[in-house]
Amino acid sequence: MRDVAVIGIGMNKWGELWPSRIRDLYVEAALLALDDAGVSHIDSMYVGCMSSGLLVGQEHLGALMADYLGQAPVPATRVESACASGGVALRQGFIEVASGMSDVVLVGGVEKMTDIDGGSTTYALATAADQEYEGFHGVTFPGLYAMMARAHMARYGTTREQLAQVAVKNHENGAKNPRAQFPFTTTLEGVMTSTMVADPLRLMDCSPVTDGAAAVVLASVEVAKKLKRHPLVKITGSGQASASIALHARADLTWLGSTEAAAQAACKMARCSPREADLFEVHDCFTIAEIMVLEALGLVEKGKGGPATAAGLTALGGEFPVNASGGLKAKGHPVGATGVAQIVELAEQLRGDAGARQVQGAKRGLAQNMGGTGASATVHILEVES
Amino acid sequence: MITARYWREMPQRYRYEAGKCVKCGYVAFPPRLICPVCQAREFQTVTLANTGKIETFTVIRVAPSGFEDEVPYAMAVIKLDDGVQVTAQVVDVDLDEIKIGDRVRVEFRRISQDGEAGVIFYGYKFVPA
Repeated sequence: MRDVAVIGIGMNKWGELWPSRIRDLYVEAALLALDDAGVSHIDSMYVGCMSSGLLVGQEHLGALMADYLGQAPVPATRVESACASGGVALRQGFIEVASGMSDVVLVGGVEKMTDIDGGSTTYALATAADQEYEGFHGVTFPGLYAMMARAHMARYGTTREQLAQVAVKNHENGAKNPRAQFPFTTTLEGVMTSTMVADPLRLMDCSPVTDGAAAVVLASVEVAKKLKRHPLVKITGSGQASASIALHARADLTWLGSTEAAAQAACKMARCSPREADLFEVHDCFTIAEIMVLEALGLVEKGKGGPATAAGLTALGGEFPVNASGGLKAKGHPVGATGVAQIVELAEQLRGDAGARQVQGAKRGLAQNMGGTGASATVHILEVES
Repeated sequence: MITARYWREMPQRYRYEAGKCVKCGYVAFPPRLICPVCQAREFQTVTLANTGKIETFTVIRVAPSGFEDEVPYAMAVIKLDDGVQVTAQVVDVDLDEIKIGDRVRVEFRRISQDGEAGVIFYGYKFVPA
């Protein structure tokens, strides 16, 4: 296996982008990434996308995007793993370059979510759970994470305020990100008085519905050194794991086993521990998710994610800065794009180009992306060569 | 949802049938072809326990398509007395009174309907025991 570099990154401003078609979203981000890398030819490409079939009535995105990017006849593959589609697509691109099969691979993620009504969006997202034994009974994604939150609160004493602090912190960061969907700050009171969605989770505990895309260009270090456009950022670790699709099939409803396993695999490859990373982009689809991810990554002890967040451990300037980008909460969550956007943020931070939200002196970053209630998870570790 | 799919799921939804691994005793609900614990492939049909307790719960206030007229409704992960956990609605209960640990009993109820003139889906819900 050979080293893999991130040589180009691209992401458009996220939000409710009514004038943009799904193909425009992907191609815009892909062009930004190709221009950033300074390449016009790729050997192959991936499209991370969860549910274009239900959300916009279009499948076969690999060929569609290759066509509209002007890259046909390169091999183009769509990857679906619910909200981890982007992270899994990235891993496929990483494997393809690491194996020596290709020298330059484009990995993009995209989701177009605002073309349909809210009930249909809620339904499409619920298909990431066990449709026959969870969705059939009327459960939603906020509902599943609400049940995880309730179990975590009962078992560890996690409080409503601690959940809210995750949203407050991520909006604080997101307000410094020009590409974020909701670049505004909020308060504990603002979160705790927002509309109830699924008790105990309120609207401001939930990541939003978003149109958006993100893309990265991966290449061999040889190609990266020839181009020499940016500080050399490498993917030094990649891990992926799975768990039961249904939340109720897990012995411990408060533990993200797939994230723990993916982190172990990524860290073994990168020869480091998660605690040795300088910044983290994690999957805060709901406030409780970020708290549980802190625990699964071993940044804090089991059950201590809430108090650690309230104490500022994960704030910009804290010991473990988490979601400097604003996270899914403030930056937005176009589900298939999220895992790729995390890599865009880490690469930008490691290059030292993150502006007002820059984590000073960042040399190593960790990205954690998950699908469903944690049935799929990926962890990637990026490092910059000094 | 098409009719064949609904028909196929009736043994679980109507008769509450699970598969018990003849080698290690793991109860698979819904049935599986291979045991996730011991990899054995032989199961005997068993019926799940009628009672259990609430492990965790929520009240859904924003519903997916097909459930818009039901909100607010309670959903829970229920640990049945045979150890199997299921996700289902808890009904005939004051939504402000539900607690983790509450005892519940299964009932056969209407779940939803497939479109305005579609098939009516039945299945299990839970009520206070």
